[in-house]
Amino acid sequence: MAARHKSVETKFMEDRDAVLRGLRGLDRRTFLKVLAATTGAVMAKSLMPPHSFQLIEVANAAPDKTASAAGMAGKPPFTFAYVSDTHLYQRTLNQRFVRAAVKAVDDVNALDPQPDFVLFGGDLAQLGQREELDLGMQILAELKAPVKMMVGEHDWFYDLGDAWQEMFGPPNYSFDWKGVHVVVLMSVHEKDFWTARKMTPLQRMHTVAGLDNGIQSRFEVGDDERKWLAADLAKVPHTTPLLVFSHSPLYKYYRNWNFWTDDAEQVQAILKPYQHVTVIHGHTHQMLYNQIGNISFYGLLSTAWPWPYAPTGLPPLTIQMNRADPFDQFDGLGDGRINVRADGLADKIYSLWDRNPVTVKADYLVSHGKIARPPAPQFPSY
Amino acid sequence: MTRRSIALATAAGCAAIFAAVAYAPRLRAQQEPPLPVHQVPDSKSGGTVVMLCDGKTSVEVKGLKPGEAMPHAQAVEIARQLMAQWQREHPNEKWEMAQQEHQTDQSSQPLPAPPAAPGADATAKATGAKPQSKGTQQGDTYASFTDRDYKVWKNQTDNFVEQGKQFFHDGAALGGTIGVSCDMCHPDASNTHPETYPKYQVQLQRVALLRDMIDWCIENPLKGKALDPNDTRLRALEAYILAQRKGVALDYGKH
Repeated sequence: MAARHKSVETKFMEDRDAVLRGLRGLDRRTFLKVLAATTGAVMAKSLMPPHSFQLIEVANAAPDKTASAAGMAGKPPFTFAYVSDTHLYQRTLNQRFVRAAVKAVDDVNALDPQPDFVLFGGDLAQLGQREELDLGMQILAELKAPVKMMVGEHDWFYDLGDAWQEMFGPPNYSFDWKGVHVVVLMSVHEKDFWTARKMTPLQRMHTVAGLDNGIQSRFEVGDDERKWLAADLAKVPHTTPLLVFSHSPLYKYYRNWNFWTDDAEQVQAILKPYQHVTVIHGHTHQMLYNQIGNISFYGLLSTAWPWPYAPTGLPPLTIQMNRADPFDQFDGLGDGRINVRADGLADKIYSLWDRNPVTVKADYLVSHGKIARPPAPQFPSY
Repeated sequence: MTRRSIALATAAGCAAIFAAVAYAPRLRAQQEPPLPVHQVPDSKSGGTVVMLCDGKTSVEVKGLKPGEAMPHAQAVEIARQLMAQWQREHPNEKWEMAQQEHQTDQSSQPLPAPPAAPGADATAKATGAKPQSKGTQQGDTYASFTDRDYKVWKNQTDNFVEQGKQFFHDGAALGGTIGVSCDMCHPDASNTHPETYPKYQVQLQRVALLRDMIDWCIENPLKGKALDPNDTRLRALEAYILAQRKGVALDYGKH
């Protein structure tokens, strides 16, 4: 095979990184001056579309003045970060995914100020092995901010959650944070497909781990947990902003790959009376966002590998990310953070590795795409 | 005992990862058998025998030593002689017509829906049933095929595609060493776009075929070794990936 070659995009990103590295250590005033000059120079060379350098917007995204102007204020805004879908094998087998998970932890630790907490979006392990979960716990223990854990199907279907629950506690729980009610769901229950087929735990795990394995059942929150959710919310006023974490998207995107929650409509019905609901989900490994009624949905990035968009069912508000460069392990992956505004709505920042960060403002979704449209990438996803 | 069966037997978490679909039949690496070749008769005069693509008709080029090339005019004359001989042996047939009818026949016949059971051809042989030829040119190599032939061919093809699907979901079977398999990034072979090859692959700085990218993925994300072009696994992977894009227009060079 020919010698390693850097793609045009990779070269561009390296140049940009070099510029940004040079900016570190400057005071803010000088930084802005240099940034303006650099942006102008780069744009003059037509190296990038005009929306690329977004750091100023991102840096100032947290304090939101529009909320108080609209009379919806009252809660202090806060920021949380996320790391998701690390899919760790044991360290001895696979260093690639370990490197990526550590990189995400470093990213989050470098945030200044630190986020209030870090959501882990599920699929810490690849095959639900105790050793994999242990490794994940060790890596996440390096995070400076407190960690809120969510479970994914890769953590669950080897022993049906025994090891995970032993380490991290119940898979569904709720708490209040600065005036926002936060609910963490276990949305990846599956109806029993394994007993009749006499599968071993490992066979069951492998079946669920395969995205295009049609044998498995569809994800669901399930009757019991929906009852729990309704009871949990019974004491929460409808004016309180809700933040819901689920591993699978709480809507129906693409059934064949389980980009899907089978009882999504029933869960949405429980969330419907609330003014502001934000659902943050993992599992889909791509930039993905949606708005259904009062509910805004955001998909998290993975650190392990990116997934192409499904052949059908993509929410119309989602602006597809450019397809990942297979020659760059980190392209299309990353971590991110969510700025919860004073009114309880959430702006979302995709911190893509080797690409510019992309902000998806709550206004874009709640206006159903009428305002604050995020930038489209230079190239289509395919 | 294979690496995989050891892994399953010990159920050690690390090793067990190698089994992508644990109950799938075991697939072993193997080279494809050589393709059949026409048996060209020896030259009686120490020259060279040239055979028509029917595998039967041949003429002798006197004085042409093995390894030597004919002048263009002589080659044209030999080709004319071959066709003339074929025509003498098939006085009521026209070569072009046979070709044309064969193609028309093939395209107008819908493929049978269910794949034939394995061994269907053996059954037919045993019963001695004379297959109904689909072609009008009885005895012609290019027109003698039956519904049963279609079924056998389809069955063989589908089996090969299925084999490729299993390799696609089993990184260890491809020589991968870190638990990564093709389907992890490409569910249903999505985002492989076999219809866009050949194309200039910027990262490789050369024109790449689909198999070059398959090998690249095996070497890099899977941390294995590139496969021999005649390796069944590579061929089956190609078959599966292409089969997933049935009906998509070829668009070579697209990025």
